[in-house]
Amino acid sequence: MTVVGDVMIGLGGLLMVLAGLGILRLPDVFSRMHAGTKAASLGLALILGGSALHMQQLPAVVKLLAALVFQFVTSPVAAHVIGRGAYVSGIPLWEGTLVDELAGLDPEDPSSPEPSD
Amino acid sequence: MTTVDVTLLVLCFSFVLSLIRAALGPTLADRAVATDVCLFCVVGALALFGVRSGSAVYVDTMLVATLLGFIATVSLARLLRRRRPDEEEG
Repeated sequence: MTVVGDVMIGLGGLLMVLAGLGILRLPDVFSRMHAGTKAASLGLALILGGSALHMQQLPAVVKLLAALVFQFVTSPVAAHVIGRGAYVSGIPLWEGTLVDELAGLDPEDPSSPEPSD
Repeated sequence: MTTVDVTLLVLCFSFVLSLIRAALGPTLADRAVATDVCLFCVVGALALFGVRSGSAVYVDTMLVATLLGFIATVSLARLLRRRRPDEEEG
């Protein structure tokens, strides 16, 4: 049990450092988001799961698992909202970008009402 | 040094890397993404502190940080939609 928890915590730390490196090194907002969200949410899930295996008290284990599920559900939502907001507010893509699937979207007025998506 | 200690150091390293991006980051969205990862590092570190000390207090703090982080990110994204990139400072 403890060994499995240690392995999960170690892997999670590795993924977190990959997320940090990606955030620092990648060229534009959208690729940074790709590194930050995916690596960091899996890394955090591994760390929280490993901590849950280590903890003795049942309430702490339940809270750790609840935080794990909540992170796993909400971090894609947050990344989606930020990515869409960044695209709509006109932040340029990296010049090496090959596919822009939102290219038809109107960059809207700041005075126009909130778009529905 | 146990795995937990080493992972705490690794999380500090990742925190510093994303903090550098949050300081440099040319746009508001960069800063939002980078501080999001910073908060992930803090949440992971709180869970590991809980494991090290064996007390459940850190776990409660971690749960609150998780909930706050989501709300903070979504409200930053809503702020981002209202702004044009040319009126952004630095």
